[in-house]
Amino acid sequence: MSEHKAPFTEQQFENLIGNFLRAGVILAASIVLIGGAIYLYRHGAETPEHHVFHGEPQAWSTLAGIFSTATLKRGQGIIMTGLLALILTPIARVALCLAAFALERDWMYVSFTAIVFGLLLYSLLAA
Amino acid sequence: MPMLTLAFGVDLRYAIGSSLVSVIATSSGAASAYVKEGFSNIRVGMFLEIATSIGALTGAYLATHISTKWIAIIFGLVLLYSAVLSFRSPELGSGKTAHPNGIATALKLDSTYPTERGLESYRVQGVPLGFGLMLGAGALSGLLGIGSGAMKVLAMDRAMRLPFKVSTTTSNFMIGVTAAASAGIYFSRGYIDPGLSMPVMLGVLTGSFAGSKLLARAQVRTLRIVFGLVILLMAGEMIYNGVAGKI
Repeated sequence: MSEHKAPFTEQQFENLIGNFLRAGVILAASIVLIGGAIYLYRHGAETPEHHVFHGEPQAWSTLAGIFSTATLKRGQGIIMTGLLALILTPIARVALCLAAFALERDWMYVSFTAIVFGLLLYSLLAA
Repeated sequence: MPMLTLAFGVDLRYAIGSSLVSVIATSSGAASAYVKEGFSNIRVGMFLEIATSIGALTGAYLATHISTKWIAIIFGLVLLYSAVLSFRSPELGSGKTAHPNGIATALKLDSTYPTERGLESYRVQGVPLGFGLMLGAGALSGLLGIGSGAMKVLAMDRAMRLPFKVSTTTSNFMIGVTAAASAGIYFSRGYIDPGLSMPVMLGVLTGSFAGSKLLARAQVRTLRIVFGLVILLMAGEMIYNGVAGKI
């Protein structure tokens, strides 16, 4: 961000991104921890079956499904919400960069960042 | 991830999903510190993320279509390669090549980084080669659920001649986005299991926190050799299991 007349310094921008990433990870970890505690409380005594792959039920592989199970206060739904928050952290970081490049009127990097953002959204929503 | 499949017998697909989750967690956690120190080159990262995201989407798509046997074999080979890398000493330096590079200048990739002697500037080289290697790094990441940081560093360090610290920290910065690109696909295919990812994510975060404290006191040489041996063993077992059709 060393362009002339930048509305913010490079250091400010780097601090913002750094803090943002840290907050995202802490938030995601906290949600997973809470969900994990509930999950273990309810299912801790069962033996997991991860050596057989059966795919996760529809409820945990769509956004709407996750939120509806999470709102039912079920441990696994809350864990999935936390994992989703974790995946969204770098995606939101890209959005943040997009806004910063736009403020700098650096259209070349606005378009680069927009491509990356589009690919990430495609992966999460459409694929 | 090989630990999960080999030691605990977890299905490879669940292991890939959980591994991606842990990769995003550590990358974002570590990047938050490195970015602030001013080592990471955000423009280089953003530009190359185009390549890694395309690669990751391709890799993740492939992973859902080829048999786990082949994934195990490819994974073994990648492990083998990183074992070899960890036995060799890193070549430090590069960076200050004087000639400005046309593409790098057009893309505004040249920058500065902090050293003991204050800010030092560097010029970026070999942009097309670096971009190509990043496509590969992204594909491996999407296929195997790894960060493929080693290959990213290779691309930036060797091909683009970035200073070592800039390569490693920028690689870390990019890993989160690369992993998020494939995580979306894994997520919607049901490869991410809450019961498995929860302990993996929390464990990895605790481990990396403890590790960064330990690292300051550890002998780097011994560390590299132990790490290399462990990886070598895993690589052998992974390839054997893949060929023998046990995965």
